[in-house]
Amino acid sequence: MTAVSVDAKGDRVFAIALALAGWVIKFIAVVLVIATFNFILVHAAPGDPAQVIAGQSGASDEKLLAQLRAEYGLDKPYPIQLATYLKRVVTLDLGYSYRQQRTVASLILERLPATLLLTATAFSLALLSGIILGTLAGVRAGKWSDTVLTVVSLLLYATPVFWLGLMLVLLFSVQLDWLPAFGYVTIGVPMTALQRMVDIGWHLILPAVSLAAVYLAIYTRLMRSSVLDVTHQDFIKTAKAKGLKQGRIIIRHILRNAMLPIVTVAGMQAGALVGGAVVIETVFAWPGLGRLIYDALLQRDYPVLLGVFLVMSVIVIALNLLTDAIYRVIDPRVSVRAAS
Amino acid sequence: MNRREFAKLMGVSAVALSGIPLGITRAAGQTKGGTLNTIIQPEPPILVTALNQQQPTLTLGGKIYESLLRYSPDLKPLPGLAQSWEVSPDGLTYTFKLFPGITFHDGKPLTADDVIFSMTKLLPETHARARGIYSRIEKADAPDPLTVVFKLKSTFAPFLTALDCTTGPIVPKHIYDGTEYRKNPANAQAIGSGPFKLKEWVKGSHVHLVKHEGYYRKDQPYLDEIIYRIIPDSASRAVALEQGKIQLTQWNDIEMFDVARLSKLPNFEMTTKGYEYFAPHQWLELNNRIKPMDDKRFRQAIAYALDLKSMAQRVYFGLPKVATGPVSSATRFYEKDVKRYDYSLDKAKALLDEMGLKPGAGGKRVTIKYLTPPYGEIYQRAAEFIRQSLGRVGIDVQIENTDVGGWAEKFSNWDYEMTGNLVYQFGDPALGVSRTYISSNIKKGILFSNTAGYSNPEVDRLFEEAATSTSEAKRQELYSQVQKILVEDVPVVWMFEQAYPTFIDKRLKNVTTTAIGVHESFSDVSFG
Repeated sequence: MTAVSVDAKGDRVFAIALALAGWVIKFIAVVLVIATFNFILVHAAPGDPAQVIAGQSGASDEKLLAQLRAEYGLDKPYPIQLATYLKRVVTLDLGYSYRQQRTVASLILERLPATLLLTATAFSLALLSGIILGTLAGVRAGKWSDTVLTVVSLLLYATPVFWLGLMLVLLFSVQLDWLPAFGYVTIGVPMTALQRMVDIGWHLILPAVSLAAVYLAIYTRLMRSSVLDVTHQDFIKTAKAKGLKQGRIIIRHILRNAMLPIVTVAGMQAGALVGGAVVIETVFAWPGLGRLIYDALLQRDYPVLLGVFLVMSVIVIALNLLTDAIYRVIDPRVSVRAAS
Repeated sequence: MNRREFAKLMGVSAVALSGIPLGITRAAGQTKGGTLNTIIQPEPPILVTALNQQQPTLTLGGKIYESLLRYSPDLKPLPGLAQSWEVSPDGLTYTFKLFPGITFHDGKPLTADDVIFSMTKLLPETHARARGIYSRIEKADAPDPLTVVFKLKSTFAPFLTALDCTTGPIVPKHIYDGTEYRKNPANAQAIGSGPFKLKEWVKGSHVHLVKHEGYYRKDQPYLDEIIYRIIPDSASRAVALEQGKIQLTQWNDIEMFDVARLSKLPNFEMTTKGYEYFAPHQWLELNNRIKPMDDKRFRQAIAYALDLKSMAQRVYFGLPKVATGPVSSATRFYEKDVKRYDYSLDKAKALLDEMGLKPGAGGKRVTIKYLTPPYGEIYQRAAEFIRQSLGRVGIDVQIENTDVGGWAEKFSNWDYEMTGNLVYQFGDPALGVSRTYISSNIKKGILFSNTAGYSNPEVDRLFEEAATSTSEAKRQELYSQVQKILVEDVPVVWMFEQAYPTFIDKRLKNVTTTAIGVHESFSDVSFG
């Protein structure tokens, strides 16, 4: 980090403003490039929405295809379609899905809460338990409890997430009948707001645990090696020599330093969690964004597909910026980089 | 300990988890009330069957939109919105009398005007299949609000077979007339006249239908509500069935390989009835434009080389019936006295030898690409069976996989060598069979047309004559002739009369009583 630290208060505000402006420009540029790239990718797949509808209707003719293509705006040349699309992106208009007869923004907004609830729960669960378990394994490296944790996390890491989900359903829903197997809420039963929250909570357990499992394994392993790394550093020896208690050393000295790689990886994976939920959402019939993407892809519903991609890329970029900010909090050596 | 006890233990309100509120009452010998929980997959884009005819749309929309007629399992017309009907001796004029007191879900009455508007204006504009049939109507009259008279341009025998709820759904004229049909904001409400109306649609989760109080049939519908849950994963659907969370499955909700296991469930009955109107016919499509498939002997060799009986057992777990020709035995005008292609590797090899296709290195005579239809895992298993079977006679099959968009694009533009196809028969050869073989329907870019590119003037003539003849006996004779010619020529290799497992909760009555089956209105379905 060769960042120039600016001490004077006024200069510092200026530096932050400059950095922010730089971010915004970078942000917009990246989003536009991604949007163009998305457009090209999506249209490179064979077939179009009109053919898909015909393929699923058991009948078709020229008139139907022409009607649908005109409606979707597919009768115009690609460059014009791309220009129309980018113009809309700049004006923050995500477009309209003729297939679903809804604006893309409303479709996404409708699905986003369910996905965020699922992924945020799974993510927090994975991160928190990953850090705890990894630290435990790290400080007990070589002992039997470390071996057990390492083996279990390796197993979890190697388990396909859909299989794990189905096995949990078999155990907790089919065999024990403790937890609901699918859906996000009990349908057709009048409930108070509180009952509804509790009910959603029950439905959330299995998908969140399944989704968390794989990430949990990653964080545990990462945390373990990171803790091991830090434990052998000189300042830990110093702390021990000072006579600090083991607990205090772990929390104050080891954890804080060992967290850095976790934050990096977690920041990168938080974005992937939105997309990575497709499989879990499908297995548990969870009405989230992942399934919206998957369905839109199969149906060649271009506006929806492009809209979701765009929203996801914005989320990923935002999360990366957030990771940068968290770095600054955890590691005082990283400071706002002044534009030179 | 079950979930309810567990929930109590954990201090959770049992109300939220108390399962299905049945609230069933029994009065005058007819059980009324109750909630039917079932599955819909994939999620339909909209529910207006006049605007979208994808299969899940039709299943759900069948409860919301009704048509003039229903059909018995042997495809005889039954009263729908029309309580009676008459056909003039010349076969040109059709008169329908509507039931009195039919209302739409918004309370407005359904009259002859709505029927005429739907069938002569809206459907010919929006519905590819209806367009081909209802555009034959020359003149439509409403002598009174409950009478509709259609006069056809020329005789068209299957007209009376094409008035089911998937072909001729009646929509409200007062909502659609003069609007852009596909962009009408009322499409979201799906206002029909069926026994059930849309209460709520939570995208990605479920569609909730409730009883239409103003329904015209006395005491019907018997059910209070139907909940269609969107469960995209087939294993999860099987679990939902095993747990009794749903009381009905349809079409391919349950994978064939799960059928034997789930058939043992004590509370469910499994049937393959109720698909007679559609009679899905499955075949191996061969691009007749490409060598060596342009040679009838090669196509016959493939027919001999496929052991369909064992394929029905191994891949489809005994559900479908082996098809003998282009017309399904479940539908009308089937001819069983045709050439047979019983499994014989020797006959297949002899034909290939005769063509001069000698086995080369490793026994290979020719390599052909097979584009697997993207409609589920069962099609992949079928592709593997076909590859192994044809490999035995030296036809090397290379499997290509794609999704619906890719398959439709390649297949309809004739950019394929061999693929699988599944086509509905729609109750009459003139509606669902001839389109695959007549040369006037060779149309690039259009699915379910004559994609194989087969052309035979004699076949064209026979199909044309049979469609317009008004004598049933004459039609049978013509269709028998055409079936014999087609089976000799093998433009495509017919494999199965496909069957779908419908699992029905044993308490449910009248689910598959008509040829429309699970697409039917369910007005008379009841618990017990």
